[in-house]
Amino acid sequence: MKKNWWKALTVILLLYVAVAGLLVPVPRLAILNESIRNLYFHVPMWFGMTAILIASVYYSVRYLRTPTAEFDIKAHEAARTGILMGCVGLVTGSIWARYTWGAWWTNDPKLNGAAVAMLIYGAYLVLRSSFTDEQQRARVSSIYNIFAFAVAMPLFYVLPRLTDSLHPGAGGNPAFARYDLDSDMRLVFYPAVIGWTLLAFWVAQLATRISVLKLKVYEKQIA
Amino acid sequence: MQKDFRLEWRQRAALNGMLLYVSSTVFVCYLSFSLRGGQLPAPAWNALFWIVLLFSAVNAVAKGFLQESRGRMLYYYTVVRPQAVILAKIAYNALLLLGLALVAFALYAVVLGNPVQNVPLFVGNVLLGAVGFAGTLTLVAGIAAKATNSSTLMAVLGFPLMVPMLLLLIKVSKNALDGLEFEASQNSLLTLVALNLIVGAVSYLLFPFLWRS
Repeated sequence: MKKNWWKALTVILLLYVAVAGLLVPVPRLAILNESIRNLYFHVPMWFGMTAILIASVYYSVRYLRTPTAEFDIKAHEAARTGILMGCVGLVTGSIWARYTWGAWWTNDPKLNGAAVAMLIYGAYLVLRSSFTDEQQRARVSSIYNIFAFAVAMPLFYVLPRLTDSLHPGAGGNPAFARYDLDSDMRLVFYPAVIGWTLLAFWVAQLATRISVLKLKVYEKQIA
Repeated sequence: MQKDFRLEWRQRAALNGMLLYVSSTVFVCYLSFSLRGGQLPAPAWNALFWIVLLFSAVNAVAKGFLQESRGRMLYYYTVVRPQAVILAKIAYNALLLLGLALVAFALYAVVLGNPVQNVPLFVGNVLLGAVGFAGTLTLVAGIAAKATNSSTLMAVLGFPLMVPMLLLLIKVSKNALDGLEFEASQNSLLTLVALNLIVGAVSYLLFPFLWRS
C-alpha cells in the first residue's frame, strides 16, 4: 500500500471526476451549454499526454547515458501511452467540436498541430519496427524520440499562440481563464488533470511490466 | 571542419541530378496547370512552391547519408569529431538546399509568373527554410540510414517533423507575396529562427550517439 497509494488516489480522483463532472452544476454559456463538462475529459488528456511524453524523453536520455533494456522499454511504453492519450484527446475534441462548432474537424491550428504530433509519434513506432538489431533499435529510436519531442512541443504550445484559433482565449494565448472564474468547475477540473495524468502513468507502468515479462519469457525460451 | 566540408563538396555527384529533379518538377507543375489555362492564384502558387521545395529537400538530403559507404564512415570516425561531421553536413545541406531553392524560385517565376511583391523578405524566408530543412533532415537522414527500409522511412520521419517549420514558412511567404510590411511577419520570423536553433542544437547534441552505433 505504501508504494501503491497513488493508484488508489487515481481511482478515487477519477470516480470523483466522473460523478462530480456529470452532476455538479456548470455555468450556462451560450453554444457550449452542457457540453462544457467535456472540459474535465478532453483537456486533461493533453496534460496527461505531455507529462507522459516528458517521462518518455527522460527515459530516452537515460538510455543514451546508460544503455539498458529497461530504460528502452520504459521510453517505448511511455511514448505509446502518450499516443493513446493523444488519440483519446483528439476523439473527445472531435465530438466536442461537432456539437459546438458544427463540424467533426475544423481547420484549427490546435487540431492540426495535434494531428501532426500524432503523425510524428506514429513515425516513432514505424521506426522501431524497422530494425532487426535490438540495441541499434533502442539507440536510434531514443535519438528520434528526443528529436521528435523537441520539434513537436513548439507545435503544441508555440504555434497555436501565433495564429487565431477557435479554442478559448484564441488569437493571444490558449488559456481557459474564462471558465476558471467559476470556482465550482475548478474544483473538478484540477483533480481531473491530476487523475488522468496518474492514470496515464499507471497504464504505462502496466504496459512496461508486460513488456519486461515478455522479454524474460523470450530469453528463457532462447536459453 | 573546413576540410570535412570540402570532402562533402567534392562528392557532389548528386548535385546535377537534383538540379534536374527540381527543374523537371517545376516543369511538370507548369504543364499540369497550364492545361487548365490562366494564372495560378497566389495561395496556390505559394503552396505549390513549398511542396516542390519539400520534396526536393527530402530527396537531396537523403542522398547525403544513404550513399555514404561503411568504410568512409569508419574513416571519418577515426579522423574527426562527430560534432564536426554533423555541422559540416548541415552546412553543406543548407547551401545545397539554398541553391536548389533559388534555382527553383527562378524557374518557377519564369514559367508560372512571379506574384511576389516583397522579394527580399521572400528570399530571406527561403534562406531560413533551407537552413531549417537542412537541420531537420540531416539528422533524420542519419537515423533513416541505420534502418532497413531507409527511403520510405526518410519520408515518414521527415514530413511530420517539418510541418511546424513549413507552416511558419508558408505564412511568412504569403506575407511576402502580398507585399505586407516587415512588421507583419516579424513574430513568425523570430519563431522560425528559434525553431532552427532548437533543431540545430538538438542535432548537435544527439549526433554523437547516433554516430557511435
